[in-house]
Amino acid sequence: MKAFSYERARSVADAASATTNPGVKIIAGGTNLLDLMKLQVETPSALVDINRLPLDKIEETSDGGLRIGALVRNSDLAADPRVRQQYGVLSRALLAGASAQLRNKATTAGNLLQRTRCYYFYDVTKPCNKRVPGSGCSALAGFNRIHAILGESEACIATHPSDMAVAMRALDAKVETIDREGKARTTPIADFHRLPGRTNRRSPPARSSRLSHCLRRLQALRCTGRSAIGHPMLLRCCRWPPSSTAFTVESARRGSPSAVSLRSRGASPPPNTVSRIQLSVPIRSTQPRTRFSRARVDMAPMISRFR
Amino acid sequence: MDNTPSIFPTVEVTCRTVIETGTTALLLSSLPRGALAAGTDQVEPSLMSIELRVNDHLHHLTLDPRTTLLDALREHLALAGSKKGCDHGQCGACTVLVEGRRINSCLTLAAMHDGQSITTIEGLAFGQDLHPMQAAFVEHDGFQCGYCTSGQICSAVGMLAESRKGMPSYLTADLTQPVAELGDDEIRERMSGNICRCAAYPNIVAAIKQAMGEQT
Repeated sequence: MKAFSYERARSVADAASATTNPGVKIIAGGTNLLDLMKLQVETPSALVDINRLPLDKIEETSDGGLRIGALVRNSDLAADPRVRQQYGVLSRALLAGASAQLRNKATTAGNLLQRTRCYYFYDVTKPCNKRVPGSGCSALAGFNRIHAILGESEACIATHPSDMAVAMRALDAKVETIDREGKARTTPIADFHRLPGRTNRRSPPARSSRLSHCLRRLQALRCTGRSAIGHPMLLRCCRWPPSSTAFTVESARRGSPSAVSLRSRGASPPPNTVSRIQLSVPIRSTQPRTRFSRARVDMAPMISRFR
Repeated sequence: MDNTPSIFPTVEVTCRTVIETGTTALLLSSLPRGALAAGTDQVEPSLMSIELRVNDHLHHLTLDPRTTLLDALREHLALAGSKKGCDHGQCGACTVLVEGRRINSCLTLAAMHDGQSITTIEGLAFGQDLHPMQAAFVEHDGFQCGYCTSGQICSAVGMLAESRKGMPSYLTADLTQPVAELGDDEIRERMSGNICRCAAYPNIVAAIKQAMGEQT
């Protein structure tokens, strides 16, 4: 690990302004950042620890939503009674990810800001446009089982690894951030991450995530080649308002890189029973790049049938 | 290269010294250039002071900020019970309890836990009496080589605390209902952050079930 100076942020504004220096990184849970620092993928010259800042609350908003602090631990968020009652898909998505030890440490904001798990991003001896713009993409012709089949480009086929982000996308969450000048901004989660082709942004520290709707009867289905800890090949979060007959299927994160999801709208109305919903989505039009991504393309119609 | 002063100490050549110096050479040659050269953007490694309450003993440590909690426990406090299996948060052999919650100590910095209370495997027993989880592991032969075992036991203790607090898992059928008593599947899911190459899993599950039964 490259040497760094360590300090604790005294306030949110303090932490935000510290990021003016490009060598400074914020550390919260640290379960992704330290992983990358050990491999010298990330090499900050200074770490600003925000763990003691008062950002760990889940509060109810006046419009019936929830305001989730940036430092709420993944396990606490999944276990919160209000989340379990009203936003079950968020709880399920969180519980699907990582391990209990990691969920106890990982934070909401860190979960959104975590980096891809692309093998070649992790290997500093390999060309990677994300780490070194212009050096090339090793994954295109490499092992790309966990890579994107939608929303990617020739420059980068990496995915965003967060399951929680997919649920937040289905719930139309908004992300509140503070930039280094202290200005607050709210961004819909659909716009929070970027697709490849644009510069790899370092986003300002997130102050909180905010869910704006109250939704019921939420489900999440995760399909993975391995059990327990594994990278889901496809993750679908769906919701339907109980009172209406039409519904919208959010087909979230079928391997979209840095962007969380691409919504595909349009599906037939549900049958009388809600226990089986079948839909066709234009996945087969995607040209699979290798045999690995073809498997994911083939899997997509299967996962669209669920209970 | 021949004109630079040797970085290796002068040693007599024996099997051991060849291996030792070879290892040193390997380590030095694999360090990134910046660590050896004096670059203008390099931070000089410096030390910092922290306080950790480990197994009810207060320790004052002076260490490099890069020291993970795992390395602080093993190298600075000689508490080598917690193991470094992968060093990347994937195996769980480094699991300890921080303020009662299980975490991977390899993926956190000691500095981040200044002032906090940490329980390691060494701290679970009550004097000469084994912790019920430890006793259950012994009784059910929940280990073979023993390398994952410290992490398994600490993780299991943390896991039972979580389930008693009603925290759900991926297998929880109805999130809106209180968490029911944990069956084998639930135990396996909640322990999925701890892997065992010897595959002692059946006995580990049996041990946890016993300890779970004793504590309710």
